[in-house]
Amino acid sequence: MQNIWTIAKREYKHYFISPIAYALAAGVLFMLGVAFAFLLGQSTQMALYGGGSAPDLTQLNGFFAFLLVFIVPALTMRLVADETRMGTIELILTSPISDFELVAGKWLGGLLFVATLIGITLIYPITLNFMVDPGVDYRVLLTSYLGLIFIAASFLALGTGISALFSNQLAAFLVTFVVVLTLWWLVGLPAELMPKAGAFLRYLEVNSHYAFTFNAGSIHLSDIVYFLSLIAVGIFTGAMALESRRWR
Amino acid sequence: MIQVNELTKDYGSRRALHELTFEAQQGEIVGFLGPNGAGKTTTMRILTGYMAPTSGEARVAGYDVIKESLEVRRRIGYLPETVPLYTEMVVFDYLKFMADLRHIPNADERVEETLEMVGMLDRSEGYIGNLSKGMRQRIGLAQALLHRPEVLILDEPTIGLDPSQVVDVRNVIREVGKERTVLLSTHILSEAQQLCDRVLIINKGKIVVEDTPQNLQARLVGAEHVVVRVRGDNDGLVEKIRKVKGVQNAHALPDGAVEYQFMPAQDVRPEVAKAVIQSGYDLLEMHAVKMSLEDIFLEVTREDTERKKK
Ligand SMILES: Nc1ncnc2c1ncn2[C@@H]1O[C@H](COP(=O)(O)OP(=O)(O)OP(=O)(O)O)[C@@H](O)[C@H]1O
Ligand SMILES: [Mg+2]
Repeated sequence: MQNIWTIAKREYKHYFISPIAYALAAGVLFMLGVAFAFLLGQSTQMALYGGGSAPDLTQLNGFFAFLLVFIVPALTMRLVADETRMGTIELILTSPISDFELVAGKWLGGLLFVATLIGITLIYPITLNFMVDPGVDYRVLLTSYLGLIFIAASFLALGTGISALFSNQLAAFLVTFVVVLTLWWLVGLPAELMPKAGAFLRYLEVNSHYAFTFNAGSIHLSDIVYFLSLIAVGIFTGAMALESRRWR
Repeated sequence: MIQVNELTKDYGSRRALHELTFEAQQGEIVGFLGPNGAGKTTTMRILTGYMAPTSGEARVAGYDVIKESLEVRRRIGYLPETVPLYTEMVVFDYLKFMADLRHIPNADERVEETLEMVGMLDRSEGYIGNLSKGMRQRIGLAQALLHRPEVLILDEPTIGLDPSQVVDVRNVIREVGKERTVLLSTHILSEAQQLCDRVLIINKGKIVVEDTPQNLQARLVGAEHVVVRVRGDNDGLVEKIRKVKGVQNAHALPDGAVEYQFMPAQDVRPEVAKAVIQSGYDLLEMHAVKMSLEDIFLEVTREDTERKKK
């Protein structure tokens, strides 16, 4: 555990000196800001015509989750590639920590960074709370954010695992992107075409474990199991990939 | 402390190590000497758990490098050949990170002590990326020493340093090597001679010579080399010289001269001269060639190659 934390701390700090991470963070916050303004505008307009309601911030988190499909591959692509390029992989693989601890630490560092981003977006519900009367529904918002963290954690685990498989940044980016995009979206399509396999494919889809559950205020054990499995698959893949490096 | 038994490593179809076998005792400084591509780095990478051998076995402090890799890694300090460092980190933070990975108590103090040992305490707040090659080398060395390991593995620790830094780094190695087992690789024979209790010369993945530097020198430098040159044809000269008692390893040189060796105790130069003249050759010159350690090194590694060809 201590080793995971040591690795995670270093990785976390690294994101704050990484131009890519800054650009991604700025991009995400900007787009969410625009979306927030749009939602606000919509609600005010509806209010003018009598009716309407406070903007629904879970939409904002749904959008954030979709953005994760793009930013996670960019955040994780360098995790192992950089160490291979600088040769520091030799230091880290000969230090007394297990491959699992190394991968888990890198994953946790990324998760803390994305959690920081998510934390920053809390300004939207806080702002909104001052503007609308009954205030925002904290219960729904809480599960919505929890689900968002689960999605980020799963994507980051897959990205970290894939980055250990490829010591090339571009390859790591593309493969991670294809995998998370497929999980987000594409498995739903063949599900319509193949009714037999459909139920299983639908189970694989990320959004079916978020949009109508976490993001609608309900927590199901099956959804948590789903996300934890993805995290386990990602970290296990990464540990295996590092182990197999030693046998090349 | 280090036991290597019939270690073989293939990179694809290229065999880098060929049933390599050697040992290093506790407290010994062992020099690993060999030309480029001999397999020094490969051996060290196997000992430190960075890669697995194709076959064979290696133990460090009694632990198997594959099956008990973590135990081995806890006891080894390693300076890789390329001196990899996180260039975007501050020196102190980097060493603190490595110390934390090794669960060193009072890590801050330990980092400072170690920086002091390598003479880099004044740069502890600087970025690694801004350090010179020699300074990075010392930070790499500090990293290897942080946990005061039982076994130190240093891959070409003085390469790329200026002469005064070479002296400094050698002093550090000598100091820490007093109570530790050190395996260091180098191309520089005089370095091996100054630092090491024992020298292993490795070529093409095999140990070709193993001895103390003193013995090595006595054994190889001890044999004096003489070059004999005659006017005109030298047909049969090699055979004539070979017949003289005490002559060793007579062979023709490409330029027509003949070279032979003799042990210091029996200087057979007069006998050889007589034999040459009595056989009717016109003796032009006869001179002794001083063999430097570099020549020995070349000779040992060349002989080994030639023997393999035959
Ligand atoms: N990662 C690798 N992949 C393929 N071949 C390799 C690899 N590393 C080393 N080799 C080959 O293995 C052989 C031994 O290399 P090694 O690096 O162990 O030599 P060395 O003694 O350290 O040489 P040097 O003095 O140049 O550092 C060489 O023929 C080299 O080309
Ligand atoms: Mg080498």
